[in-house]
Amino acid sequence: MYVAVKGGERAIENAHAWLAEERRGDRDIAELSIAQIREQLKLAVDRVMAEGSLYDPDLAALAIKQARGDLIEAIFLIRAYRTTLPRFGASRPVSTGAMACDRRISATFKDLPGGQVLGPTFDYTHRLLDFKLAADGEVPEAPRAAKAQPAEMPHVTGFLNREGLIEEAPAEDTTPPDLTREPLEIPAGRALRLQALARADEGFTLGLAYSTQRGYARNHAFVGELRIGTVAVEMDIPELGFAIEIGELTLTECETVNQFKGSKTEPPQFTRGYGLVFGQSERKAISMALVDRALRWEELGEDFIGAPAQDAEFVLYHADNIQATGFLEHIKLPHYVDFQAELELVRKMRSEVTDANPAREAAE
Amino acid sequence: MNDYNFAYLDEQTKRMIRRAILKGLAIPGYQVPFASREMPMPYGWGTGGVQVSAAILTPGDTFKVIDQGADDTTNAVSIRKFFERTAGVATTEHTGEATVIQTRHRIPETPLTEDQILVFQVPIPEPLRFLEPRESETRKMHSLEEYGLMHVKLYEDISRHGHIATSYAYPVRVEGRYVMDPSPIPKFDNPKLDRSPAIQLFGAGREQRIYAIPPYTRVVSLDFEDHPFEASKADHPCDLCGAEDSYLDEVIIDDAGNRMFVCSDSDYCASRQAQGHRGRLSPEVA
Amino acid sequence: MMKDDAQTPLLRVRGLTKTYGGRIGCADISFDLWPGEVLGVVGESGSGKSTLLGALAGHLAPDRGEVIFDTRAEGPRDTVTMSEPERRMLARTDWAFVHQNPRDGLRMNVSAGGNVGERLMAVGARHYGNIRATATDWLGRVEIDPARIDDRPQAFSGGMQQRLQIARNLVTGPRLVFMDEPTGGLDVSVQARLLDLLRGLVRDMGLSAIVVTHDLAVVRLLADRLMVMKSGRVVEAGLTDQVLDDPQHAYTQLLVSSVLQV
Repeated sequence: MYVAVKGGERAIENAHAWLAEERRGDRDIAELSIAQIREQLKLAVDRVMAEGSLYDPDLAALAIKQARGDLIEAIFLIRAYRTTLPRFGASRPVSTGAMACDRRISATFKDLPGGQVLGPTFDYTHRLLDFKLAADGEVPEAPRAAKAQPAEMPHVTGFLNREGLIEEAPAEDTTPPDLTREPLEIPAGRALRLQALARADEGFTLGLAYSTQRGYARNHAFVGELRIGTVAVEMDIPELGFAIEIGELTLTECETVNQFKGSKTEPPQFTRGYGLVFGQSERKAISMALVDRALRWEELGEDFIGAPAQDAEFVLYHADNIQATGFLEHIKLPHYVDFQAELELVRKMRSEVTDANPAREAAE
Repeated sequence: MNDYNFAYLDEQTKRMIRRAILKGLAIPGYQVPFASREMPMPYGWGTGGVQVSAAILTPGDTFKVIDQGADDTTNAVSIRKFFERTAGVATTEHTGEATVIQTRHRIPETPLTEDQILVFQVPIPEPLRFLEPRESETRKMHSLEEYGLMHVKLYEDISRHGHIATSYAYPVRVEGRYVMDPSPIPKFDNPKLDRSPAIQLFGAGREQRIYAIPPYTRVVSLDFEDHPFEASKADHPCDLCGAEDSYLDEVIIDDAGNRMFVCSDSDYCASRQAQGHRGRLSPEVA
Repeated sequence: MMKDDAQTPLLRVRGLTKTYGGRIGCADISFDLWPGEVLGVVGESGSGKSTLLGALAGHLAPDRGEVIFDTRAEGPRDTVTMSEPERRMLARTDWAFVHQNPRDGLRMNVSAGGNVGERLMAVGARHYGNIRATATDWLGRVEIDPARIDDRPQAFSGGMQQRLQIARNLVTGPRLVFMDEPTGGLDVSVQARLLDLLRGLVRDMGLSAIVVTHDLAVVRLLADRLMVMKSGRVVEAGLTDQVLDDPQHAYTQLLVSSVLQV
């Protein structure tokens, strides 16, 4: 029998065994622990949690280890695991105003209540390879501020709001649809769009946001505020009749303040873009806010100029890296039935052309 | 795998998928949106078909999986193993013994019966997608039966090539209403869709759509009155079993580029050989 | 005049208004169009004439007003409040829209024959030979060599593309044709040929049409009646010859005199 893939079952098993061996690498080198990944590759862990839509640093670290550092593969592992988890209920909305901030900066005001807090940032580091790290990664403890942070860090946009200079963002009680439980249907409201963006591929979101800055639906964004820190997660317990704190999350939140000339329905004022992601990822949060703002053209009465970042259908259908990578990689599966059909057709068409040509030449 | 429910999906999800299937059966050819779950295999690798199979399988079923017509291709093996593990159902390679057959790119040669369900894996469920990329627009075109554009494509084929140059995923009209993508089966298989006694279910996981053809439904391949649809295949008999009526794979057998043609339906070919049929290159030419 | 024979106008427009963020696109436009009549709408760019056409044809949702079309099946219906399926059905049967830029009205990656055949196939034609014969006939009627039936519009000159767009629109015998600057962007000699062709088709087919243009020569040749627009409003309306020969409004006088200077 010539069919090439006979014995597929054994081939698959052997391939997986080889994969496991490759993952482990040189056995003379100490194996990575989950704790090491969780503590020392934290930003990778954060990305896997954000795009995997599951906040669990240990599981994310495990996924990264299993995926040999391929973050999209790790996100896939987390997503597939997440699907199987039962839902006990929904938490209360977290309050980012009460965030214990590690970092909080505003690009729109030099100083503000609560102050500018740089926090653990790559900003202003000189991107020079630190060869000391190759030998010894130990660092002295960083100095800490003596005075405690205020309990509430007011949002910058709140100050603008008091003057009526920025669009209202009234509190809303409606439960947003769950993207992972209902099919995505277009047109999608802002809550659903934000949900999709929060788990969207970082690179795709970054590229779209960048395109708005370069003129494809430019919306003149200022980072009104960027904050990173921990918030408490509270859940109403029906048996108790009140909410209790069930844990805490690290979040990155970005609010952009965007120029706006006003439209038929809206007076001239600043508008908002919003980004919120699990963990520490300001690149993703800022990108999300820019894309959110670009997608809002319709509700703000702006023109659709055909820019990719304005096109909700384009953005939402292509932002998910698990969908994208699956479909992209499926073209390596066997397609010889379709290919055979194409072969027959091309042969038939070619023979028609060669049959027809001598006749034409003779006629001339 | 005891941590997972029968056939992997939880019962709530299965109910949701069954509702989509029933709706699909009630409106033949209509694409029903469903909340596709993230499966432990990649999108584009049969997650739609796997979810449909998971929702309809019962412990008494006998399951068969084919990819490109064969039971032993890698992805078919992988999906069959998944259900052996998560559902513990009996599996078979014989079309006649199976109650549920999941397929990618083929319809078995052996005619199906009323006791069988055929589950297709679908990559792009929208037959109008490559003419109109917007989902919002194609849904409108379906609801308004605006199918002129589909025929423009066929018109262009004929004007350029003398005949319709679509060889697989050839669009069909179901029960005189919806234009449907039959998944990337070769057009040779299209006639098997028509008035089939079996239930035919189509699952597209990444695109979150399920659609269906109930038994004995009229399925017509699109064409022109003066350029009728033609099912075609390689003009050879099978080199292993001699079948003249089956769809063939072409296999290159040596460095000189010599080739042989063998049935793409591996079960069909093996059964014929077991019955003593022989082809040009059969191993034991006695 | 036609007016006396027909009891119902083909199109009856009342108080049509469309604004963009406080800026007026067109405001409070009212008129009747009778069967067989060609109405010209003139004005400078920014006068609101294209907005008006878009709102009439259902491409833009107006803020206020009615656009009542005398449908074949149900008589006069307001197309603004009509459901989208009904409006789309009208757009591919009784209505036609000729864009200024043929690229907007043609499928550039589809052959000339396919472009002309699309509307036929959209209403159910399923015989390749017949579709092709009709397309061949129409190419001839718009003075395109039928031998070019399998060429794509990219290979055509601007004038040919525009004539192809016209054939594609008229093949199903629409009752109302919207034209947006149909001769815009063409050379003067090409314009003259196209106008001549359009005039012949309008007469032969008894078409009703609304032609938006900034070019008074176009309306002089094609239009029975004329509306002059400025800043989104109609400043003068009447029979074409009357308005052009004896303009009443200062703006119309300016328009007419500026043409004469050329």
